[in-house]
Amino acid sequence: MTLDSIKPGQGGVISAIGGQGLLRRRLLDMGLTPNTRVKVRKVAPMGDPIELSLRSYILTIRKDEAAKIELKEVFEECM
Amino acid sequence: MHVIALAGNQNSGKTTLYNNLTGSNQHVGNFPGVTIEKKEGQLKKYKDISLVDLPGIYSLSPYTMEEVVTRDFLLKENPDLILNIVDATNIERNLYLTLQLMDLSIPMVIALNMMDEVTASGNSIDVKKLSCHLGVPVVPISASKGEGISELIDVVIKTVKEKSSPKKLDFCVGEVHKAIHSISHLIDEQAEAAGYPVRFAATKLVEGDEPTIKSLKITENQLHIIEHVVKDMEAALQTDREAALADMRYCYIEQICSETVVKKQETKEQQRSEKIDKVLTHKYFGIPIFFGIMFFIFWMTFNVIGAPLQGLLEELIGVITEITSNAMIAFDVSDWLHSLVIDGIFAGVGSVLSFLPLIVILFFFLSLLEDSGYMARVAFLMDKLLRKIGLSGRSFVPMLIGFGCSVPAIMATRTLASERDRKMTIVLTPFMSCSAKLPIYGMITVAFFPDNAAIVMIGLYIMGIIAAVISGLLLKNTIFKGEPVPFVMELPAYRIPSRRSVLIHMWEKGKDFIQRAFTVIFLGTIIIWFLQSFNWSFDMVEDSSNSILAYLGSLIAPIFIPLGFNDWRASTALITGLTAKEAVVSTLSVLTGAVTDSQLSEVMFTMFSPLSAFAFLTFVLLYMPCIAAFAATKRELGSLKYAALAALYQTVTAFIAGMLVYQIGSLFI
Repeated sequence: MTLDSIKPGQGGVISAIGGQGLLRRRLLDMGLTPNTRVKVRKVAPMGDPIELSLRSYILTIRKDEAAKIELKEVFEECM
Repeated sequence: MHVIALAGNQNSGKTTLYNNLTGSNQHVGNFPGVTIEKKEGQLKKYKDISLVDLPGIYSLSPYTMEEVVTRDFLLKENPDLILNIVDATNIERNLYLTLQLMDLSIPMVIALNMMDEVTASGNSIDVKKLSCHLGVPVVPISASKGEGISELIDVVIKTVKEKSSPKKLDFCVGEVHKAIHSISHLIDEQAEAAGYPVRFAATKLVEGDEPTIKSLKITENQLHIIEHVVKDMEAALQTDREAALADMRYCYIEQICSETVVKKQETKEQQRSEKIDKVLTHKYFGIPIFFGIMFFIFWMTFNVIGAPLQGLLEELIGVITEITSNAMIAFDVSDWLHSLVIDGIFAGVGSVLSFLPLIVILFFFLSLLEDSGYMARVAFLMDKLLRKIGLSGRSFVPMLIGFGCSVPAIMATRTLASERDRKMTIVLTPFMSCSAKLPIYGMITVAFFPDNAAIVMIGLYIMGIIAAVISGLLLKNTIFKGEPVPFVMELPAYRIPSRRSVLIHMWEKGKDFIQRAFTVIFLGTIIIWFLQSFNWSFDMVEDSSNSILAYLGSLIAPIFIPLGFNDWRASTALITGLTAKEAVVSTLSVLTGAVTDSQLSEVMFTMFSPLSAFAFLTFVLLYMPCIAAFAATKRELGSLKYAALAALYQTVTAFIAGMLVYQIGSLFI
């Protein structure tokens, strides 16, 4: 399961970050590291990018990028 | 003289703290070689301590220009202290940069900002314990309320005097620890020779950091050993080097936070943000609301407040001009000097200066959008549209402002985080048809397309957008090729902008514009005045149709034959249009000697056919912007050469587009 395939309101635990170079490094630096809990909060009106919440802040990334983030656990978070 | 470097994440309140610490005595410049802003100022009441504001960054990896600039500054300029600002409401991610900064072994103080928000929400952070864990002084502050600032200054002064470096930290554990230590022993002499802190160098080598490999002159043999050490580490951890280090830092941070941070609930500001976002980034209402806000800003700037102020300023300049003119006549100065001062300097600089109210008011609204956190939401809403031409949602607002005036639009690109996006946006923004071009469209459409005026006007605006899209695609695949900066952006909590920051921002932009009005624009208007007022024997001419400018106009007139017109008055008007686009209209009426609009229309029919008139409009829409916008481009691109190249590109694009309009149109008409 990757992060782009879960619905707003759902969350998950990261298992691995794919991709390479600048992009991957940026995702890691922003705290998207293995075992981090992350939640999808919203999808932008035009269907992309998406809004995430993790480590008590809000981050937005594009779906292409989200597709490189593997989740090992997916859960329905109650709002 | 001591130098303090202020470093921290974006949205951590860095600028507010900087303004608090220095007051208004700031010197704004660029870091060498790049257009990233460098602010330097004296610490209030301490004349021998200067504070340098570094770009807001999240990490010290050498990928973005901002990170490289920060790294180079810290490694090469040897500041006496790093003042690291940390957002207490978002402490985990903020401490990530802190751990990297600590590797540099430079004395450090942490300003724990927004502590008021943390405590007001019933959460807490054990500051003493945090300081103990990190081995550096930590001072809780609220930059926006000005709380804790004097305590912070005291601690900073004390730490600078004691020169106490961060306590040697061993926050790395297990395999990463082993790798860093064995590499440290291998390269410690080279690191010292290159002026790199050993620990920082070793950590960077584990990451495979190219600049470090070069600076330390790592030999083939050493590189081989390092790779071997890293391979062992990766095998043991079953992950790669970059993930291993990021993971290690975050694990350490989580451990510290679990002992020092008590978080019962989200802060009030975070809860409030969530509610505001339910409306402002709403699936259906988000985009209409954005356009509503922009419409309001335009309306306020260009109609309600800006236009009357602009009128007032014009009147004031008119009065001063008259007084000066009368005084000069009374003192019997020569005609050419009178003309230089009145027709050249006062008319030229005056017409540009009258834009000042527009710029200051527009930046008042823009800094509200930026400081409140809404600009990040605009990027979120609009990203998908701009991605195809290789930009991100962040470029949308400057481009939109371009429909009002290119000058503030180009100045507004400052807020773009990536230098590549910024440069591209600066080149593309003038294609957005600015409001000064409207009188030209009006004049031509009245004469040639009275029945289809609206369609022609809208067509021109759309053509400008198409030119920007095609140029974006072209630039993306040529000059700005390479990996674009990824769109991974924080959406900060909404906050009420501080009055001080907004005022400083307006003041800076206004000052910047006035400075340019009296330098580049001043020079430009004098050149045009000279060309317009003298003939080749350097005698003043009564009738501008005998001037050098008119001669140059007739010289270049044939160039426009592919666009369907060959008239010296048209080409001269295009040249004077460089001072300000409205000048195209006034020049045409002066040179044709037309007094009424209908006379002007009549003369124009001898110059253009409807099709070539449209080609003329196309050229006007796209060719290089006025001197004021050119000066802004030069400032923001940081070089005259690149600004000239951008102008050349725009003019060539205009020529090709005008030619296509005329040639393809001729096939059908």
